[in-house]
Amino acid sequence: MSEKLLEVKNLRTEFKRDKSWVTAVNNVSFDINEGEILGLVGESGCGKSVTSLSIMRLLARNSKISNGQVLLKGKNLLEKDNKEIRKIRGREVAMIFQEPMNSLNPCMRVEKQITEAILLHNNFSKEQAHQRAFDVLKSVGIPEPEMTLKSFPHQLSGGMCQRVMIAMAMSCEPELLIADEPTTALDVTIQAQILELMEEIRAKKNTGILMITHDLGVVAEMCNRVVVMYAGRIVEEAPVKELFADSKHPYTQGLIGSVPKLGSGVKSLPSIPGSVPDLSVMPKGCKFAPRCKYAMDICREQEPELHTIDKDGRRRCRCHLLDQNRKEA
Amino acid sequence: MAELKTNNNKEMFATGEELPKAQSKVKEFVKKFVKRKTAVISLIFIIFIILMAVIAPYVVPYAPDQPDYTNLLQGPSTAHIWGTDEFGQDVFSRLMVGGRLSLSCALIATIVGTALGVVLGLIAGFYGGFWDSLIMRCCDVLFAFPDILLAIAVVAIIGQGMVNVMIAVAVFTVPSFARIIRSATLSVKQAPYVEVARSLGCKNSRILFVHVFPGTIQSMIVNFTMRIGTAILAASSLSFLGFGANVTEPDWGAMLSQGRNYLNTAPHMVLFPGILIFLTVLAFNLLGDGLRDTLDPKMN
Repeated sequence: MSEKLLEVKNLRTEFKRDKSWVTAVNNVSFDINEGEILGLVGESGCGKSVTSLSIMRLLARNSKISNGQVLLKGKNLLEKDNKEIRKIRGREVAMIFQEPMNSLNPCMRVEKQITEAILLHNNFSKEQAHQRAFDVLKSVGIPEPEMTLKSFPHQLSGGMCQRVMIAMAMSCEPELLIADEPTTALDVTIQAQILELMEEIRAKKNTGILMITHDLGVVAEMCNRVVVMYAGRIVEEAPVKELFADSKHPYTQGLIGSVPKLGSGVKSLPSIPGSVPDLSVMPKGCKFAPRCKYAMDICREQEPELHTIDKDGRRRCRCHLLDQNRKEA
Repeated sequence: MAELKTNNNKEMFATGEELPKAQSKVKEFVKKFVKRKTAVISLIFIIFIILMAVIAPYVVPYAPDQPDYTNLLQGPSTAHIWGTDEFGQDVFSRLMVGGRLSLSCALIATIVGTALGVVLGLIAGFYGGFWDSLIMRCCDVLFAFPDILLAIAVVAIIGQGMVNVMIAVAVFTVPSFARIIRSATLSVKQAPYVEVARSLGCKNSRILFVHVFPGTIQSMIVNFTMRIGTAILAASSLSFLGFGANVTEPDWGAMLSQGRNYLNTAPHMVLFPGILIFLTVLAFNLLGDGLRDTLDPKMN
């Protein structure tokens, strides 16, 4: 595809807990091209949201980005001062959050909330901003934009709220859209509409989208490539079809295996035993080893590296099992 | 895609029907409030007192500073319904006109104190850390003193007079609002919509005043109403002690103080100002109670 829009290199984010620092995101690297949808998958607490917040520099004060680079079209966002980063937020990178009903200010009419970002980033008059808000609401499929602009968030349904959120995010035509579980709080039919809308936006504006989710159905439907995270690390990266057809990492296999399939007749769903390790008491070797059915001695001793495992360099995986197979071959 | 559009239309009708809800919320509030009889009576009384304060100079039977040396210290009669004072001035007229001074003093002091308290509370809650500690510890110090004692101390430092009384009353209004707003800010600043605002590139100051502040207003309405009552009481007390209004001015507290000298011969001179202060403060407190019960979703 075209050139790289966002490159995240060796990102490391730490949180202060009591008096020590725990690493929530460790050495994460990935990139997104223009007009591409990258899925970021993993279970709760694996560092997906922290990664996205690190990109936007929206982390809470008890955290720090201790290493790495976030390059947006070659500019390192981590080196910008507060004023510069504010100009980038909303204008070049925008974000959609998971709870649409709570993500709109209940004390403000929709119009004021949408035009806020427009007025902030453009030299528009109030009328122009109103017109832009009207247009952008129309473009996200809200049938009566004028009426919606005048209403308060509690008067809208969940699906409408998420459309308004997307409209807010898209109002300044950002090049990168970060969607943090945009469909989690919505019911299935609305989910499909919202996903279709995002796909439409991507096609029209060539926006790069970072889709953070734990819903593999959404990933299969939407994404071009997928990054799988576990315990703050990337464990596998692959184009979406290859990931579902031939996943290499035992964790990814477990994730895909635990998706219910219609008509499979299985009484109980297969699941991955155990749970995500606590950030402050990480196992020594491979972080997944305690839950992995293929775990070998080396897995408990030494953490595997993230190796490129195919010829085009499009697939990466972090597992001793693969390293061993490769050595044998 | 065509299917998608029809779905949208259904949603449109749903919102269309929901729209009147905004108005009915106000109606709902009024409906609940009207059920609380004491609060309604208090509100009517307060409106009456405020109305009198506004129009009193034009409607009262006598000018408040018009002496009548043939009728000194007269008890209530048809000519002077609440009697006269030691200069023959009509007590009713003086009280009604005096409402202007007492009420405006209390109101201005409360508004100034509230504004200061709100700003300090917002800053303390939003920025946290050093500013939070500094502001809240200062408030704790102010809280340690009884209200009146603090007001007397302030007046003792900056001198007497109506303006200084207002400043004194405003000073002891600040800490309670700072505390209330700080705790409200702490919860509102966690709301997802604040993060959304930040992700759209809003400045901290803008987030604080445009997004966080409106969410905290609800928590202070009740305290505001009650504080007006307290302020009237405090301003009157200070005037009674001779720190506030000049004795010749028709201020409720000053009139009470003046009448004290004639307690044996003309008890009506303390009775009526006393009752008026008592009723007004009670009305503001009962109104505050009523508002709290109506606004608190747990009480319904």
